[in-house]
Amino acid sequence: MHRIRERIYKVLFTLLAFASLLFLVGITVTLFIEGLPVFKEVGFFDFVLGKSWYPTYEPPDFGILPLILGSLWVTAGAVLFCVPIGVGSALFINELAGKRLKAVLKPIIEILAGIPSIVYGFFGIVVIAPFIQRLLNLPVGLTAFTGSLMLGIMATPTVCSISEDALSFVPRSFREASLAVGANRWQTLTRVVFPASASGISTSIILGMSRAVGETMTVLMVTGGAAVIPHTLFQPVRPMTSTIAAEMGEAVMGSTHYHSLFAIGLILFFIILVFNVIAELITRRFRKKLGLGR
Amino acid sequence: MSNKVKIKAENINFFYGKSCALKNISMDIYENLVTAIIGPSGCGKSTFIRLFNRMNDLIPRMRFEGKICLDGEDIYRPKVDIADIRRRVGMVFQKPNPFPKSIFDNISYGLKVNGMKDKNAIEERVLKSLEDAAIWNEVKDRLHENALGLSGGQQQRLCIARCLAVEPEVILFDEPAASLDPISTKKIEELIEELRKDYTIVIVTHNMQQAARISQYTVFLYLGELIEYAPTDELFTVPKNKMTEDYLTGKFG
Repeated sequence: MHRIRERIYKVLFTLLAFASLLFLVGITVTLFIEGLPVFKEVGFFDFVLGKSWYPTYEPPDFGILPLILGSLWVTAGAVLFCVPIGVGSALFINELAGKRLKAVLKPIIEILAGIPSIVYGFFGIVVIAPFIQRLLNLPVGLTAFTGSLMLGIMATPTVCSISEDALSFVPRSFREASLAVGANRWQTLTRVVFPASASGISTSIILGMSRAVGETMTVLMVTGGAAVIPHTLFQPVRPMTSTIAAEMGEAVMGSTHYHSLFAIGLILFFIILVFNVIAELITRRFRKKLGLGR
Repeated sequence: MSNKVKIKAENINFFYGKSCALKNISMDIYENLVTAIIGPSGCGKSTFIRLFNRMNDLIPRMRFEGKICLDGEDIYRPKVDIADIRRRVGMVFQKPNPFPKSIFDNISYGLKVNGMKDKNAIEERVLKSLEDAAIWNEVKDRLHENALGLSGGQQQRLCIARCLAVEPEVILFDEPAASLDPISTKKIEELIEELRKDYTIVIVTHNMQQAARISQYTVFLYLGELIEYAPTDELFTVPKNKMTEDYLTGKFG
């Protein structure tokens, strides 16, 4: 009786453990099956490097360069916000804040990660967009910049919390060694602690970027949705994610438009995969460098 | 032995939060001699030695009472330049702690943070420090390789070189051989013997034979109190205190 029960548990948990793998395989296969036809119908380079996206015109244009650039601009802009704020608060929490302040600050920053993206989008439309429009005297407030700001705030907890981990991984003995030869706190921070945790901090930035690239709801709401190649951050853009979200409902199943949305998803999937692989590689090097083994 | 007093500790009390780690300790440390601090684990040896370069300042909720003078100057007086104290009183730690930088950069670090800019002068001092720490021959062909690639014993001598580079007057060793093999330990001991000519040395060790081998003075601490302080050959042969004798003969510890 006992042995049978043990076996059932074993099988059950093995299945559960492989369930996520199953989903990963399923999603990847679907993206390939539904996305690949586009490359045959439109041509890979015409699709990826095509300058106009008019999927419902006659004849339609399926060039996603404006969408890719939209995503990249918004993400690059987000980095401008989340890196200084995230790394700065990590430094503050790790180096300057006392135990009590740290115990309050870290959870607060992590709450930012728990706010639903629709709330960010809503806040962006109602508060940030009009503010930016008035401040910079723009024709519309829904721009790449607005999206960058919102995504920057959303990615801050990722950057902050991983950077803070990286800083606290730096052994105390490094700090002591530095102080013992007469370095002050600032020199210790900039010349020993920061370089020792640099790759951990870059990992945090890359993971923050992949969070920003993949974010959908907020950018759909605040970036304006114009599928044109942006020349400045202060123009409306249409990132890849919001294109899929906005158009999937109206695309005729099995049409080129339908397939091309899947292909966008496929490309997005690869971009984020590359980000995560880079982040993982850097993390491994970081551990080795600090002598923490694997 | 009529050496000059280098460090004078007077009526030292030290508290972690509310618990008292050191109780009313007074002692003199003499120039160009090796003073060993022995005692069972947890007796306050490390806490004591870390007072001399103000390393205990890093501990939250610590409290220090008393006076420690370096060449007659109180190092705990208000507005003292702590970095300057740490420059004059170097420290080698229990576990070798080179920076994850190249061998050369490990040594030049202390010079650079102290404002030395002339490249030739820096290089000269790096080479001299490595020679003085008896590690030059082992690293001369790999100065720009990462220091973490060295063996434990080599890393510890590199840390000694890093300490020597800023030209301290006193060197504190906090169980420098605790994590090393016998051969590396022997090298470190020989090095300390050599360094004594130019520096004042204080060494914490839980190894009584080591204290007997390399020191001229030994202090025995027990539960935060100074039990006995005497020239090493006296303390080990004719201890005045019954507790010292019991500890040395292995009755407790």
